[in-house]
Amino acid sequence: MSGLPDWRPGDVLEEIATPPIDRERLRKYAAASGDPNPIHLSDEAAAAAGLPGVIAHGMLTVATMGLLFSPHLDRGHVKTFRSRFSGMVFLGDKIFARWKNGQTQDERFATFGDRVRTLILHAEDLSRTGDV
Amino acid sequence: MLYADFVGARSEPVWNVVEKEAVRLFAEAISDPSPLYADEDAARSSRYGRLLAPPTFPRTFDYGRIAGLELPPSGLIHGEFRISYGRPLLVGDEVLCRLELKDSYDKRGRRGLLGFLLFERTGEDPKGNRVFTANDTVVVTESVREGIGA
Repeated sequence: MSGLPDWRPGDVLEEIATPPIDRERLRKYAAASGDPNPIHLSDEAAAAAGLPGVIAHGMLTVATMGLLFSPHLDRGHVKTFRSRFSGMVFLGDKIFARWKNGQTQDERFATFGDRVRTLILHAEDLSRTGDV
Repeated sequence: MLYADFVGARSEPVWNVVEKEAVRLFAEAISDPSPLYADEDAARSSRYGRLLAPPTFPRTFDYGRIAGLELPPSGLIHGEFRISYGRPLLVGDEVLCRLELKDSYDKRGRRGLLGFLLFERTGEDPKGNRVFTANDTVVVTESVREGIGA
């Protein structure tokens, strides 16, 4: 594991906390990602889909997880990660990303969510120095 | 089981180029502060040598369409997302992108009969080496299923 930060079981990365999700952020993500789904942009479309309001793109939440590793990209890129969605993120919600190193590769995890919803994501591996 | 006839079906692959401006906009949209996505000087002197793309950037690529497969326009739930890289994705890379429906199965739970569709998106470099593999699980609820008459 040469080149990786010297992470030991139980180590944590600096927490990521987004500002409350607003429409501008969702518009920007929709444009940058090419995701045209109107449930992220229009109250009418969200209501038609049976939602209480527009929801954030799930992939925006996943991308926020990637921010945990951004300060460490000079040592290795994110090689694999896995995410399971367990709740929706609405306007005004904040997304938190946390990472704690587990005992094994599979136990490395980050938790996401706002006050009431939690999303568990696994960060499985970072690359070795020799990969690049 | 939904779309059973399409399990194993693939799209016609599409070439995509990792554009500098697209990466900059994407990094800005996800509020990623790393200079490796936008600052060419920083990227050149890094271990990557070129600007890097954020881990979820492959979401922006065109993967083509699986002929005949028409998913419901709304109501689908994104259940899981997974991505693995063979090597970092860099600005200037050309990747041949493909979509495949890997599996389809049903499960009955508290929320009724749910359909699960497993999609795989892959990107290969011009030499045929796998750059990334992304897997999505899409959940089709019972009401959406009724809406499409399946």
